[in-house]
Amino acid sequence: MQLTEKHKEYWRRNLKLTGILLAIWFVATFVVSWYARELNEITFIGPLGFYMGAQGALIIYVLIIWFYARYMNNLDQEYGVHEGEEQ
Amino acid sequence: MATTSQAQFNANLKRYYSFYTGGFVAFVVFVGILEWFGVPNRILGYIFLFATVMLYAGIGFMSRTSEVSEYYVAGRRVPAMFNGMATGSDWMSAASFIGLAGTLYLTGYDGLAFIMGWTGGYCLVALLLAPYLRKFGQFTIPDFLGARYGGHAPRLIGVFAAVLVSFVYVVAQIYGVGLITSRFTGLEFAVGVFVGLAGILVCSFLGGMKAVTWTQVAQYIILITAYMIPVVWLSLIHTGAPIPQITAYTTVLPKVTALEKELNDKATPKGAAEESVRAIFRERSAAADVQLKGLEAGGVGYLAEQKKALEDQAVALKADAAPDAKAIEAAEKAAKDYPTDPAKAKEQWTKDKSGAAARAGAVKSHAEPFAAKDEKARGIAKKNFLVLVFCLMVGTAALPHILMRFYTTPSVQEARRSVFWSLFFIFLLYFTAPALAILVKFEVYGSLVGSSFAHLPAWVSNWAAVDKTLMSIADINKDGIVQLAEIVIGGDLIVLATPEIAGLPYVISGLVAAGGLAAALSTADGLLLTIANALSHDVYYKVIDPNAPTTRRIAVSKGLLLLVAVIAAYVTSMKPGDILFLVGAAFSLAGSAFFPSLVLGIFWKRANQLGAILGMTVGLGVCMYYMIQTYPFFGINAPRWWDIAPIGAGIFGITAGMIGVIVGTLISPAPSKEVQELVDHVRYPNLEGDIDTRAA
Repeated sequence: MQLTEKHKEYWRRNLKLTGILLAIWFVATFVVSWYARELNEITFIGPLGFYMGAQGALIIYVLIIWFYARYMNNLDQEYGVHEGEEQ
Repeated sequence: MATTSQAQFNANLKRYYSFYTGGFVAFVVFVGILEWFGVPNRILGYIFLFATVMLYAGIGFMSRTSEVSEYYVAGRRVPAMFNGMATGSDWMSAASFIGLAGTLYLTGYDGLAFIMGWTGGYCLVALLLAPYLRKFGQFTIPDFLGARYGGHAPRLIGVFAAVLVSFVYVVAQIYGVGLITSRFTGLEFAVGVFVGLAGILVCSFLGGMKAVTWTQVAQYIILITAYMIPVVWLSLIHTGAPIPQITAYTTVLPKVTALEKELNDKATPKGAAEESVRAIFRERSAAADVQLKGLEAGGVGYLAEQKKALEDQAVALKADAAPDAKAIEAAEKAAKDYPTDPAKAKEQWTKDKSGAAARAGAVKSHAEPFAAKDEKARGIAKKNFLVLVFCLMVGTAALPHILMRFYTTPSVQEARRSVFWSLFFIFLLYFTAPALAILVKFEVYGSLVGSSFAHLPAWVSNWAAVDKTLMSIADINKDGIVQLAEIVIGGDLIVLATPEIAGLPYVISGLVAAGGLAAALSTADGLLLTIANALSHDVYYKVIDPNAPTTRRIAVSKGLLLLVAVIAAYVTSMKPGDILFLVGAAFSLAGSAFFPSLVLGIFWKRANQLGAILGMTVGLGVCMYYMIQTYPFFGINAPRWWDIAPIGAGIFGITAGMIGVIVGTLISPAPSKEVQELVDHVRYPNLEGDIDTRAA
C-alpha cells in the first residue's frame, strides 16, 4: 500500500484542524478557568467567569465536535477516502 | 446478517422509540391518576421501579443474541443519534444524575470542575480517538493495543487496566442502585443492591452489547425527562419562564448573591441572627479545642479528672434543696457520655472542633472561583481545580466502556457524528445541573431561611424525618426562626427533593427515582459488559484458546458477566469508601493507563511495543502509588506533591505514561512495516489496496 501525495495532504489537513480545535478547547477550558476570578468582573448572562464554567465552555465543546464531524466528513469526500457505505 | 437495509432499520428505530416515549408518558399520566385517587406513595414507588425494570428486561429479552458481532458490538449498525443516546446514559451515572447538582450547591464555582471535565473530555474522544478506533473495527480496547503494539503483553496490561478501572467504577454504580432502591421502596441497602443487580443482569446477560445499547437508549429517554420536568417547573415558579438554563443566571443568581451579602452582613436583622448562631458554633469549637489541649497535656488522667468533675456536678445537683430533674438528667448523661479512651476522645473532639468551626464561617459566595482565606490558598485551590478538570477530561477519553461504544456505529463518518450526538445528549443534563443548584439555593436562602420552625415547609420536615444526613435542621439559638447556619444539607438531597420543592405531585418524585435508577443501571451495564468482554475475548479467546468456537466464547462471556456482577455486588454491600473518590479514582487510573498508548499509537507511527508496555505500567504505577500514599483511606498520608489532592493523581500518571511511551519507543527499534501499515489503515476511512482489520 503506497500513500499518494494526496493522501498525505489529507492527513496534514486533518492534523491542522485537530490542532486548531484542540487549541480552542484548551483556551476555553484552562485559560478561561485560570482567569475566572478576573472574568467574574464582567457580566455576560451572569458573572462571565462563572458562566463560562457552567455553560459557555460546554457550548464551545459541542460546537467543536459538531464542526469537526462536518468538516472531516466533507474532507473524506473531497480526497476520495470516504467509505462507500450507505448512511 | 442484515436482513433490512440500514435506512429502513433507522426508520424503524425512530418509530419504535417514538411509540416507546409516548407509552412512557402515558404510563406516567396513569400513575399520576392513581395518585389522584389516593393510592399511597409507597405503592407508587414500587410501581415505578417494577415497571421500569420490567421494561428493561423486556428489551433485553427481545435483543437476546448468540451471534458474536451482535453480542460484542451490537452488529455495528447503531445509527449516530441512537449511539449518542446510548453513550449518554452509559456515561451519566448515579453520580451525575443525583450527585452533580448537589456538589454544585455545596461548592459553587469549584464544583464546575466536574461539569467541564465530564463534557470537555468528549473533544478528546472526537478528535483523537473515536474515528480511528471505529476504522480499526474490532471488539475491545485491548484488541487495539494488541494489534497496534503486537504480542500479548500490551493486550494483557490493557485487560488488567480495563478491569481495574471498570470494577472501581461499577462498585460506585451499584452503590447508587442500592441507595435508590432502598430509599424508594424501604428495602434494606444490601437487599436493594441485589435487586438492582438483577435489573442490571436482565439487560446485559441475554443480549450483550446489542441488548445493552437498546436498553440504554430507553434509559436515556427516561432519565432526561425525569431530570428536566422538575427543574423547568421550578424555573417557571421563580422566574415565570420555563428556561432554567438562562433564567438561573440572569434572574436568580443576582438574587442569590444579594442574599449571601445580606446573611453575611451583621448590620441587617438576618445577618445579626446568623451571627448569633455562628457565635454559638465558635464557642462549641473553642470548647472542643480546650478539651483537646487538656487531653494533650494530661492524657488519660485528664479524662478521668473531667469525668469525675461531671459526676460530682450531677451529685451536687441532686443534693440541691429543690432538685431540677431535667438538669440532673442532663448532667448525668454528660458524665456518662464523657469519653474514657484517649484515641476516641481525640477523634471525637477533632471532629467536633472542625465541624463547629465550619458552621461558624461566613456564607460562601456561589459564583466566586477558588474562594479561600489568602492568596496562597487560592492559588492551591486554582491549581487543584485545573488538575481535576484535566484528569476528568483525559480519563473520559480513556474509559474503555465509553470508547467501546464507538465500535458499534456503521461507519467512520457515523462514529464522528455519534460523538457529537453523545456530547449533545450529555450536555442537555450537564448544562441544566448548575442552574438547578442555583434555583434550589435561592429557595433555601430566600424562603427557608427566615421562616419559622413552627411552620417549616413540608419538604424540609419530610426529608429531615427520612434521612438526617440529607437534611438536618435544629433551632440552635432558640429564636424560633430558621437561620442558614442551622441547616445542614446533604448533596444528594438537591435532585431528590426538587419535585417537592417545586410543589409537584409525588408521581414526579417517583419519576426522578426511576431516572436515577436508569442512570445507575445503564452505566453499570456498560461497565460489567466491558469487564466480561475483556476477560472472555482478550484473555480467553485471544490468548488462551484462539480456536474456541463462537458459542463457547459467548457462553464464557456470559458466565464471567454473572460472576463479576456477583463479586461487584458483594464488594458494594460492604459499603467501601467515598463514592465521589471512587469515581474520580477511576478517571485518573484510566487516563494514566490508556490515554498515552492509545493516542500516540494513532498519531505517532514510531511508537512501539516496549514504549506501550513501559508507558502503561509506569503511568498506572505512578497514579496508584500517589493515591495510596496520599488518600486518607489507606492511612499513609504522605506529603502531597505540589499540593495536588489524591483525586488528581492522574496528572502525574498521565505525564509519566507519556514519557514512558516516548522513552521506551526511542530506546528500541521502530515497529514492523505491517504495524506502520496498520497505522495508515486507521488514519484513512477508506484507502485503496488497504489491509483489513475488521473482525469477522
